[in-house]
Parts: sequence; structure tokens; C-alpha cells
Amino acid sequence: MSEMTLPFAPARETAATSYLGEGHTLTSWLLTTDHKRIAILYALSITVFFFIGGIVVGLVRLELISPTGWFMTSDEYNRAFSIHGIVMVWFFLVPSIPATMGNFILPMMIGAPDVAFPRLNLLSWYLYVIGAAFTVYVLLSGGVDTGWTFYPPFSTGYSNSNVIPAAVGVFVVGFSSIATGVNFLATVHMLRAPGMTWFRLPLFAWSMYTVSMVMVLATPVLAMSLLLISAERFFGFPIFDATIGGDPLLFQHIFWFYSHPAVYIMILPAMGVVSEVFACFARRRVFGYSFMVFALLVIAVVGFMVWGHHMFVAGQSPFANLVFSFLSFMVAVPSAIKVFNWTATLYRGQIGLEAPMLYALGFVGLFTIGGLTGLFLASVPIDIAATDSYFVVAHFHFIMVGGSVSAFMAGIHYWWPKVTGRLYNEFAAQCAAITMFIGFNLTFMPQFVMGWLGMPRRYHLYPDVFQIWHVLSSGGAAVLAVAYLLPLGYLGWSLIGGQRAGDNPWAATGLEWQTPSPPPRQNFLHPPRVTSEPYAYHEFGRAREQDGETSISGQGDVS
Amino acid sequence: MTDLARALQEPWPDLRMQREGVSLGMWFFLASEVLFFAALFCSYAIYRSYNPEAFRIAGAHTKVIYGSINTVLLLTSSLTMTVALRAATAQLRRVTLICLGITVALGLAFLITKGLEYHDDIEEHLVPGTGFPLSPPATQIFWGLYWIMTGIHAIHLSAGVVVVIAVMIIFGRRIIPVQGSTMEGVAIYWHFVDSVWIFLYPLIYLAGRA
Repeated sequence: MSEMTLPFAPARETAATSYLGEGHTLTSWLLTTDHKRIAILYALSITVFFFIGGIVVGLVRLELISPTGWFMTSDEYNRAFSIHGIVMVWFFLVPSIPATMGNFILPMMIGAPDVAFPRLNLLSWYLYVIGAAFTVYVLLSGGVDTGWTFYPPFSTGYSNSNVIPAAVGVFVVGFSSIATGVNFLATVHMLRAPGMTWFRLPLFAWSMYTVSMVMVLATPVLAMSLLLISAERFFGFPIFDATIGGDPLLFQHIFWFYSHPAVYIMILPAMGVVSEVFACFARRRVFGYSFMVFALLVIAVVGFMVWGHHMFVAGQSPFANLVFSFLSFMVAVPSAIKVFNWTATLYRGQIGLEAPMLYALGFVGLFTIGGLTGLFLASVPIDIAATDSYFVVAHFHFIMVGGSVSAFMAGIHYWWPKVTGRLYNEFAAQCAAITMFIGFNLTFMPQFVMGWLGMPRRYHLYPDVFQIWHVLSSGGAAVLAVAYLLPLGYLGWSLIGGQRAGDNPWAATGLEWQTPSPPPRQNFLHPPRVTSEPYAYHEFGRAREQDGETSISGQGDVS
Repeated sequence: MTDLARALQEPWPDLRMQREGVSLGMWFFLASEVLFFAALFCSYAIYRSYNPEAFRIAGAHTKVIYGSINTVLLLTSSLTMTVALRAATAQLRRVTLICLGITVALGLAFLITKGLEYHDDIEEHLVPGTGFPLSPPATQIFWGLYWIMTGIHAIHLSAGVVVVIAVMIIFGRRIIPVQGSTMEGVAIYWHFVDSVWIFLYPLIYLAGRA
């Protein structure tokens, strides 16, 4: 028997006893405290918002085909990119991996029957929905035009749009992040299965732990920054009013104290997913496990000390610039360790190019480009030239879309059989993964070029010389849209016509694979016990060809 | 024994772990709260260093008598909360309920005093905006922060009062026994709200009177 298996032979279960079978009414979903069902609720809601944000930015890309604009006023254009940013950052990217895969997989991965506070978990989803309702109201009542950053004095005194409802929406959804973070921290601390020591935690569990730290410590600061601008706008408390001694730059400090760590909220979970996928599809132990863990922790900690690099040209002291620049460079060290270790994990692995792996490979390439261009921007002289240009836009989209969204897709495909009990069409998924990689590069590579040539971000009208790059970028966005719609089709179809997956279709290690798919309400048929480190792929089905022969305990569904 | 069984919630294996888990979770939440208030204290510190004279003038108009009464009320409420927690651990249900009752009363007394103070402030037009009586204009920043800081603290305290009343009802109807994990979380939160006031009091009432 391999390590990390359950010391029992589980009774055969029927599909009816899975978490999906426990009640089919609407209230059985809306009042559930099952972490798996809450994950599904989250997945559905963030998918809706992903497409809202996507449609809005589709309009933006369409508008930018012409240098003079052709169907939007400049005011509408401002509102479109603002809502794109707000929706994508707070209603998709921040909750994306933690609230869906984290909720579903984390407790199973560490051998727990649920998260530490199941009712708090449900509350977090309701907070998300309330925040989302405010955002939908903003969208329907004319939008907000401050950009996702809400900088005063524009947001406090001059904007004629729905700043306060938008801020309230983000404020409320922030508390859903905090609730999730508190829950995950307590879960990892208190509910690990016997034998699941800290350094036996799979890297995805570590990434959830570190991201929870960042969520818990950074999000309240965002809440306060939004509260202060709302107080100034609504009550007229002149907190950031420069005419009487206030300082708009203070807002930027408070805002970026959250919003830079927020980048790590988006990327740390992605790193966790990719580590799982690489180990599984290269049939290898993750190279340098403990370095991977410390890299996550260092990124989370140092990530709190670099916010000032967003204000190099905002009138910050040059000495502060120097320090923030240095610290921003420092973040590259743990990030590079991770990239090298992923590569080393692949080395001499038996690599299978299934869809999750394709997405994960795409992640590493795009994350590396995003990270390296981040170093350009961390250096003060280059940033002064490139500030607020499309170079910055391309850089952070490489991290957030090329990185986080690729990893999100990798995770969705990787755990899909576990969550639903069904297999999707592999070929369709591989096509979607490749289409996404091509579409992504076509969308954002031109933005690096035009940014470097001087195209400022957020501009509606632009000189003719940039048109070719905008047209290329818009074409790429169309390809990307196809790549995002494809999974809706074949994943949706798999629910109806997909093959039964069996407990462990990828022959993966990890406790979540040693229980029926879809899992029962209590996650495990018997309490799991862990006796070794994670990623024991050598002992667990050495070669892919042997997958058929590898006996995997706990055949859960009737197939 | 059946009492204890009712106190145990999913997904905890035993009550000791559950108690530990609840207080750990509460501490994580308070870490979050600390950062929430930290952003505010940080803004206060920066603006005070930018406008020291305006902050001195503005701070002298706060009502130190209300503030001092409230400090006494809140510190006493922390004492009764501590006794309630100890009584709960010792399974003294009646003592727990009485102490929680006193805690709620003290919390409400704080809020009433605060209301009286707000009333006086508004009578003196100490709300930033047109017709603000003090000068230089940066005094408005102090008073803006005053309303936000004390307002948020009062909201936290009101939440605490509501929670303690809810807990009293739960204990009173014996839905959950007092020795469960509930008291642990409630007490930690209450002490946190109290500690915030210990920082607010000197910043608001004493800084302008040095």
C-alpha cells in the first residue's frame, strides 16, 4: 500500500449519498453549511460576474478599435473600464480560487469534515451576494467613473457617478473575504487529520493558509479607505481635502496597503493550484517542497511592504521610493524560486498534457513574463517613464489573467471529476486551453508594445499610430472570449453526458482523491490518517501506463 | 453531560478543541479589526503631525467629562465580562447571566453618555462643513476623524451589546450551556472594543489639553 492512503477499505457507496444527493430543494442549497455546496454557490456567482466583467471589457476593446471612438461617449467609456476593474478584482479574482476550490478542496485535503465555522462560511457567501447586489445596482443605475481605484479628490468631490454604492459593494464583499480567511486559518490550525503535520500539508493547503493571512490583514485597510472617502463624499468630512490641510496621497497609501497585497491574494492560490497540477501530471514529487512553502510565506509577508511602488510619481519622498523599489525587487526572489522549482519538478517527469497541465504550463510562462515586467516597473526610473501606460496594464493582466485565471481554469479542470463525479471531454478542454493561451498573448503582447511607445492607460481617444496595436489587442480579446465560452459548453455537457469519473481519475495523491467522487457529506467514509509527506507519486503508480493497474481504494460510485 | 453534548457543534471532535478553535478564530478576526482601526489611527497620526496647532485647538473643544465617564463605564464592563467568563468556565450559570446583564447595562450607559455628548457637539456646530465655528480650517479634519472614530467604535460596541443580549437569551433558555465555546468568543470581542477605547480616549480627549 502506498503512503497517504486510508487505513481501511471503504464500503461501496452509491451516488445518492454524495453531498449532491442531500436534498434537491432550493433551500437545501441556500441554507447549507456544507463547505462543498457553498463552494458551488460561490462558483456559480463568480462565474456570472466573470462574464459581466468580460462583456464590459469586450465593449471597451470594441470601442478602442477606432482612434476616435465609435459608439461610446468618453463618459460611458470611463464607466465601462471602471466597472470592469471593480467586478473583475473584487467579484471574480479575489474570491475566485479561495472561495471555490479552497472551500471545496481545502478541508478535504487536510482530512477535515468541514471548515472550522460552517455557518460563518455560509455568511461569507451571503455577504458576497449583498456586495454583488450593490455592484449590480451601480451597473444598472449608470455606473461609476472613478476607475477601480477610487482616488480622491475625484471620487470625493467631482465625480457625478455612483461612487458610494460602488464603495459600499466593495466594502461589504471585503468582509466576505475576511470571513473566508478567518475560517481557513482556524481550519488549517485546528482540523488537520491525525498525522497531517504542517510540513505534510499539500502546497495548495499552504497557499490557502498564506492567502488567508493576507486577506485577514489587508482587507480591513481597504474597508477603512473606502469608509473615509464615503464619509468625505456623503457627510462632507474633509479628510482628504488638500485645500484645508488634508492629503489625497494618504488615501493612496491606505488604498494600496490593501490593493498591492490583493495582487498576492490573487496569485498565491494560483501558485498552490499549479503546484498540485504539476506534481500530478509530471508524476513527480514537487521539487524543493519546503522552499515552496517558505516562498509562499515570504511572498505573503514582503507583499505587505511594497505598496509604495504604486506612487513613484505621486509625490512620494524619493527615499521612500528607493526603499519600496528595493523591497519590490525582493519579491522576485521567492517568486523565482517557485518558477525554478516548478521547472525542476517537470525535469525527468512523465509529463502528460491533459487540459489542467496545459493551463498550468501556460500559467508558468505567462506568470514569468508578468513577473519580469514587474521588475521593470519596480525600478524607479523605468516606472517614471512607464507609469499609467499600457505597459502597466499588460504587466498586471499577465499576472492576473495570464496567471490567476489560467490557474483557476487549471484547478477547475483538475478537480472537476472530484466535484461533479464526471469526466469532461479531454480534447475539447485541451483546445480551449491552447486557444486561451494564444488569445491571451494576442490581447496583451501588443499592449506591452504600445505602452512602451507611450500609449497611456484609460484613454478613450488616441493617436492613429497606436491603432494597429489596439486592433491586434481587440482581435486577441475575441479569441479569448471564445476560449472562455468553450468550457461552459463541454463542462456543462459533462454534467449530463460525461463519463463517471471514479474516485481518482488522475491517479493523484492527496486525501481529497481517496474518497468517492462526488464526496459524501462528511467528506470521508472513515477518518483519514496521514503517514507520509505529500506528492508520493513514485510509490503511487510509477508510470502512467500502470494507472489502470494501480489499485485505488474507495471506489465510490457505481460505474 | 447531555448539556455538554448540546454545546458541541459540527465539525469539532470535542469541546476543548471547539473552545480553542473559537477563540483562535476570534483572535484572527481581531487581527483584522486591529488593521481596520490602524488605518484610522495612522491617518490621525499623520494629520496631527501635519497640523499640530489645529489639532490642539480642535481637541480642546472635546467634552472630556463625558469621555472620562465613558472610560470608567467601559473598563468596569470589561471587569464584569471577565467575571462572567470565569463563572461560565466554572459552570455557574446564574452568576454568568448576572454579570452579562451588568455588562450590557454598562455598555448601554456608555452609548447613552455618548449620545448626550454627540448632542452637545451638534449644538456647538462641531460638524465639519459650512458654519464650522473653529479655525484654522484643518480643525475640521480633527472633527471629521472624531466623528468617524467614535462612530465606528460606537457601532462596534452596539454590535457587542446586541451579541451579549443574544447570548443571554441563549443561555437563559438553556439552548447552549454556559460552559460551551460561546462565552470565549464574546468575551474576547468585548475586551477588544474596550481596548480600542483606551487608545481613543487619550487621542481625542487628552491630546488637545496637554
